[in-house]
Amino acid sequence: MLILTCPYCGVAADETELSPGGEAHLHRAGPGSEDASVEAYLYHRSNPKGVHFERWRHAYGCGKWFHSARDTATNDVFGTYPAQVTETPQNILEAIAQRRPGWERPQ
Amino acid sequence: MQGARQRPPGRRIGKGPGLQRYSVFALARQARRHHLGWQRAWRDAQPKRAYDVVIVGAGGHGLATAYYLGKNHGITNVAILEKGWLGGGNTGRNTTIIRSNYLQDASAALYEKSRSLYETLSQELNYNVMYSPRGVMMLAQTEGEVRGYRRTAHANSLQGVATEFIGPERVKQLCPIIETKGPRYPVLGALWQPRGGTARHDAVAWGYARACSDMGMDIIQRCEVTGISSENGHVTGVETTRGSIATRKLALVTAGHSSVLAEMAGFRLPIESLPLQALVSEPIKPCMDVVVMANTVHGYMSQSDKGEMVIGGGTDGYNAYTQRGSFHHIEETVRALVETFPIISRLKMLRQWGGIVDMTGDRSPILSTTPVGGIFVNCGWGTGGFKAIPGSGWAMADLLARGAPGPIAGPFGLERFREGRMIDESVAAGVAH
Ligand SMILES: Cc1cc2nc3c(=O)[nH]c(=O)nc-3n(C[C@H](O)[C@H](O)[C@H](O)COP(=O)(O)OP(=O)(O)OC[C@H]3O[C@@H](n4cnc5c(N)ncnc54)[C@H](O)[C@@H]3O)c2cc1C
Ligand SMILES: [Zn+2]
Repeated sequence: MLILTCPYCGVAADETELSPGGEAHLHRAGPGSEDASVEAYLYHRSNPKGVHFERWRHAYGCGKWFHSARDTATNDVFGTYPAQVTETPQNILEAIAQRRPGWERPQ
Repeated sequence: MQGARQRPPGRRIGKGPGLQRYSVFALARQARRHHLGWQRAWRDAQPKRAYDVVIVGAGGHGLATAYYLGKNHGITNVAILEKGWLGGGNTGRNTTIIRSNYLQDASAALYEKSRSLYETLSQELNYNVMYSPRGVMMLAQTEGEVRGYRRTAHANSLQGVATEFIGPERVKQLCPIIETKGPRYPVLGALWQPRGGTARHDAVAWGYARACSDMGMDIIQRCEVTGISSENGHVTGVETTRGSIATRKLALVTAGHSSVLAEMAGFRLPIESLPLQALVSEPIKPCMDVVVMANTVHGYMSQSDKGEMVIGGGTDGYNAYTQRGSFHHIEETVRALVETFPIISRLKMLRQWGGIVDMTGDRSPILSTTPVGGIFVNCGWGTGGFKAIPGSGWAMADLLARGAPGPIAGPFGLERFREGRMIDESVAAGVAH
């Protein structure tokens, strides 16, 4: 069972207490964008085998949205962080670098 | 009855060593020799430097693509590269439901082509794939489902797919172990496809592999593709754990790993990979000779020839490549099915496993050219691609041979996401199989 710690209320929540919300840090293609960027925003996903940033909601707890960094091949969790950011915080990137040396964020 | 030395039907262009044909006579002959004279079903090929076509992934779809490239288009200088063992991906992990009762014309054409090829596949491949058209029943347990399935039945009759909407009495008659009057979700009827059913999943992969090997194609196992090279926007070859292999035509047929391969080639796909699980019970006496799917409560069940109840449910909610899946999904599936089939409440479950399914934005598959010249993708079959193996291979071979999609593959191109031209079968393919 996957367990993530909600960065708001601090509860270590079972996945049954959480709702998955898909890939994090997507940049919305606004009005006037090219078709290709709207398509990429709506449908293209990095879907990595390895380090992945994603959104979760503490649905059966405090109700807040937050982010997590997790390895999709092993379900190792590198950390969770609040939703009010546009980039992954430095401490999470450091935790990843420590456990996955050489990892680079895909383009 | 066919002579013992005769070739399997289909065009034979093979450079292979000559195939031993399976028949009752061959069996009798071998029995006299203590079964010591059977050939290997396919050669253990070593990679060559270059091929006309390289297919990544020796699941059902990759192998069927290779087979129809040879049979329908005469292209046999083909390698099929597999990182594990052939059929060890979703093809060997699925619950083998075959049906073609889809709503949209594009899907009905593809899946019915596939189902109809299954009808004669054992004879065609001279390999018993145990296709069993025992009938598939999709239960309607809400008013919305009743309306939806009635609509599908009408669409199917226009498409030439034999299905009908049946009432609860008929459901009970066809499958007496169903509780039709349950308190929460009584059975209000069902969409019934009498020629749907099951087949032996491994045998489908093995039968195609044997036929491909016989045509002189190289099936190379334990050969993982680790890189894809291209020049001036056209593919030139692949890097593998067993060396570089050159090709001008590359087909990526890797299901849950499609995004990984696409990244090597430098593009992204509208795909996410999710674990999907199944489980089987201890074997019991025959009690159910149809396939039953209950989409509202998220579960489906059939009985294997060995007597095990074969059970499946929905996918996990978050991306993973773990081939495991979360326990609570199994719990939900079994809980739902116990309500529909009270008889199973005391059964012990023997095995549980997971596969990684490739889910697209509209839950329909992708058979397509890609942004890189010479690279083609066949993926997005998600939770329901076993039934599509023959038809998908047929259409993919056509796409590879001609470089452009034919009538079956046409609507399933990648450009549909940009154009907003979805093939919306999420009701049919999002949960059940
Ligand atoms: C539990 C479960 C139940 C299902 N039930 C049904 C059902 O009842 N009916 C139905 O129609 N469908 C069902 N499906 C879906 C069906 O199994 C799949 O859609 C279908 O088998 C996909 O076949 P494939 O050949 O595309 O993929 P796979 O069989 O997964 O083959 C892909 C192959 O690519 C290989 N590969 C990956 N990466 C590389 C690489 N880098 N280099 C070389 N090789 C690589 C893999 O090892 C794998 O063998 C189910 C799936 C699961 C998991
Ligand atoms: Zn919380």
